Amino acid sequence: MRSDSGNQRTVILGIFTIVILIYIVRLFYIQVIDNSYVASANNNVLRYVTQYPARGFVLDRKGKMMVFNQQVYDLMVTPRMVKSIDTTDFCNILQISKDDFIRKMNKARQYSRYKASIFEKQLSAVTNAMLQEKMYKFNGFYTEARSIRMYPQATAAHLLGYIGEVDDKLVEKYPYYKSGDYIGISGIEQSYEEALRGKRGLKVVMVDVHNNVKGSFQNGQYDSTAIAGENLVLSIDADLQAYAEKLMAHKRGGIVAIDPSNGEILTMVSAPAYDPNLLVGRVRAHNYGVLLFDKEKPLFNRAMMAYYPPGSTFKLINALCGLDAGVITSETRFGCRGGFGIGSVYVHCHPHAGPVEVRTAVAVSCNSFYCQTYQAFLGNANYGNTEKAYNEWRNYVLSFGIGRKLHVDLPHELKGNVPTSAYFDKLYGRNHWKFSNVISLSIGQGELGITPLQMANTTAIIANGGYYYIPHVVHAIGNRKYLPKEFTTRQYCKVAPEHFFAVQDGMQKTMEAGTARGSAVKGIVMCGKTGTAQNPHGKNHSVFVCYAPRDKPKIAVAVLVENAGQGAWFAAPIATLMIEKYLTDSICQASKAKEKKMLDAIIVPLAKDTATNIDD
Amino acid sequence: MRQQKSIFDNIDWPTVSIYIVMVLFGWLNIFSAVYNEAHPSILDATQNYGKQLMWIAVSALFAIIILIIDGKFYEAFAIPFYVLMIALNIGAIFLSRDVKGAHAWIPLGSFNLQPSEFAKLATALALAKYLSSPYIRIAENKTKIIASFMILLPMAIILLQNDTGSALVFASFLFVLYREGLSQNVLIFGFIAALLFVLSLMVAKVYLIIAIVVVLVLTWFTLRRTWRNFLALTVVGCLAIGLVYSVDYVYNTALQPHQKQRIDVLLGKKTDLKGAGYNVNQSLIAIGSGSITGKGFLQGTQTKFDFVPEQSTDFIFCTVGEEWGFIGTSSVLLLFTVLLYRIIIIAERQKNAFVRVYGYGVASILFFHVFINVGMAIGLLPVIGIPFPFFSYGGSSLISFTLLLFILIKLDSYRMYVLR
Repeated sequence: MRSDSGNQRTVILGIFTIVILIYIVRLFYIQVIDNSYVASANNNVLRYVTQYPARGFVLDRKGKMMVFNQQVYDLMVTPRMVKSIDTTDFCNILQISKDDFIRKMNKARQYSRYKASIFEKQLSAVTNAMLQEKMYKFNGFYTEARSIRMYPQATAAHLLGYIGEVDDKLVEKYPYYKSGDYIGISGIEQSYEEALRGKRGLKVVMVDVHNNVKGSFQNGQYDSTAIAGENLVLSIDADLQAYAEKLMAHKRGGIVAIDPSNGEILTMVSAPAYDPNLLVGRVRAHNYGVLLFDKEKPLFNRAMMAYYPPGSTFKLINALCGLDAGVITSETRFGCRGGFGIGSVYVHCHPHAGPVEVRTAVAVSCNSFYCQTYQAFLGNANYGNTEKAYNEWRNYVLSFGIGRKLHVDLPHELKGNVPTSAYFDKLYGRNHWKFSNVISLSIGQGELGITPLQMANTTAIIANGGYYYIPHVVHAIGNRKYLPKEFTTRQYCKVAPEHFFAVQDGMQKTMEAGTARGSAVKGIVMCGKTGTAQNPHGKNHSVFVCYAPRDKPKIAVAVLVENAGQGAWFAAPIATLMIEKYLTDSICQASKAKEKKMLDAIIVPLAKDTATNIDD
Repeated sequence: MRQQKSIFDNIDWPTVSIYIVMVLFGWLNIFSAVYNEAHPSILDATQNYGKQLMWIAVSALFAIIILIIDGKFYEAFAIPFYVLMIALNIGAIFLSRDVKGAHAWIPLGSFNLQPSEFAKLATALALAKYLSSPYIRIAENKTKIIASFMILLPMAIILLQNDTGSALVFASFLFVLYREGLSQNVLIFGFIAALLFVLSLMVAKVYLIIAIVVVLVLTWFTLRRTWRNFLALTVVGCLAIGLVYSVDYVYNTALQPHQKQRIDVLLGKKTDLKGAGYNVNQSLIAIGSGSITGKGFLQGTQTKFDFVPEQSTDFIFCTVGEEWGFIGTSSVLLLFTVLLYRIIIIAERQKNAFVRVYGYGVASILFFHVFINVGMAIGLLPVIGIPFPFFSYGGSSLISFTLLLFILIKLDSYRMYVLR
């Protein structure tokens, strides 16, 4: 036995102590100093599950449902859990091929073997029911309810717009959204996105290593419930909208109807229209392609985005400008000898009795009268020179909401075109252009580009005798009557109220004895103006604006039917039918023939509708 | 002469207390690690925590039996017990169930006996018996060879069982030999060899050899310039360089792919958080996320939700770290330190050499387990499957550690009587 053993004992205890000290220091580092492990542990175990709120419904002014949510079902798959299943049966239910099945499974596996991912999007309730019946045989699959937008009226596609998944750009721009979220992309879905979308909820759950949910985190302390989106009540009259779309079937063009007393848009049609139900669910991608490449451009919202020369309807504005500027009075008469000529320019007119004052000039749409009025306006010595006079005239036109945005509550509104004097300076050289160069503006031709929305708004201004409310499609949001200030404030045009009377008289005369007398409706005092817009691309556009009743205007309509000839032929009958329908809620016997003629008329033989409807 | 009034006479209560605290705390952690909401009772015998309670009871029974049996028994039967364990371990290679590639378990009904756990005990006893025999001197080459053989034989057999962790534990007997007079150079050489092994995996060989040569040359200048020293240094240099070159061979042929991967991960050669590095990474996350005070009993997510593998056996330290935080981990390690000190004190106060050698054996085995197991859990050592004493779930390991400790306690209780 050794006696001297203290040394060894010290060394051995020293080694024990040093090792354990090193470990304690290391533990102190990873547990106390380095915080990254807490985050890693949370990352492992916590899953933030978004609770999607139901998007708000959309109703028309009478409470008719225009957009609601339909339950669809995303089929989810967790590849690890898929064991031998009857793929033939499975594929038959989903109506996919075996290759599709393999491709989709591989895609899901690539994403994760343990985490569920979407196998097939947006199955209908019917497919889901068929699947559920046999779900016990399909291990690893389950369906998750989602909702898509449905349109029971199948109308107003352009106005309602659509929703779609956010892309990376949007996510970057609006941090609220996360990849996979839906957002309104056009129409009211876009402009009232915030009200419609509601508020997302969040649920924090804990998962185990196989991604099985193990319960909520800290008793749901950090959870928030989803708040459903608010319902949107539109000013649109769904029946009138549907009727207008029917009248515009097989035609191209746009219609806008406004309630002049408050600026509410009653109808907004862009023809050819399409069924908004085509752009939801599984058929969306296919149909979008079909519509996008359709040569009639059904996706293009002509009511707000197409520039048309207003034709003779613009004479109303020129008459009002002339009256307000004092270059004519309501009694000023101009002669018409089948047209008006200045220099080498000659504007033809159709035969009518003359000379005419402003009322008759409206009713018979005398070109010569307006050429002379415009000549008088541009030649007015008060303004100094043609350029200054032109700018003054342009300001008048702009005050009618033409050539600028009205700021309607819909996206993608275009401002139209009223050429600036600089434009003519460029064309002819400064001070080298005069009335004869811009004579066509006097009758609504030339460089003017106006949208149907602007035409309707102009009509509302005339109906109101000098003011308008910014046109809008919202009537209320949720339970509160929603009217922001800009929609309840009168916007005045530059023409003084007293000058409207003569023009309104002329418009009434148009219906009673003038160019639109064929479209008059018994019992309704209407004021209208026809237009026949020449365009370089083909046959004239048929244009008509009108409002009724004259005393207390309830509706102002602008109708433009492309390549349909004279205003009286198509636009006037369609507009008056709409007014009759809106004011009396019916079409009287006397108007039936007119109605049938419009419904049957085919101006644009549309290509066979290749867009397919939703799968069941 | 050896009549005791009671079996609890002269028992070292501090050691017993530490033992009880550790076993019960270990049991709580097993409960937490594999807690199953369907079986909320800690006594549920279908769950690991219920079973562990059974093992605790069995261990207590064994502890009492040990205290009842005459202490002379262990010394007398040390060698036969050793032979029996060698035989059982050889048998395990052929009889055993394959558990994760290792052949270390002999199925006995519903219980799987892991004889390698008991081989440590047997070796500790046998080595104590041999080294305490009269006329045995460690300085003699024959003694060294026989002692080495007694250690290396079970080590080799267990290596054949594919249980690297348990085999490594036998290296701890170096401490025993050192205490009994083996030159300290053995410890130093062992340490340097391990260091060279690791370094040669990390650093290019050329640099390593240059470093070795530089160190040797510097040493040469500090020593007296005799032929003897020159020769010694040359031999050391050749051995070192030989080791560096043999590492590749050992690494590529002796080690199995998963062991190589684990070493690679540890050395930072590979970051493979989903594969070989997964265990260590999750273990670090579990312990690290415990912060100072831990997440609280049953609140650990890493262990309860299976992110940490083997969370009730080899990685039980993770549960301690996650739920009890730095306070828990440092307390457990300090408790072990106290236990080790206590065992050394017990060993050193013996008049009987057998008990002293055995006591050092117990301390060394416990230390080595803590060293490897905790080192693995905190990412300082490669992943080597080895239980954390008194904590890890498992009958074989708990019973063998209980036997190991209580035999010492029993032998120690005679310290007042034995005069040899």
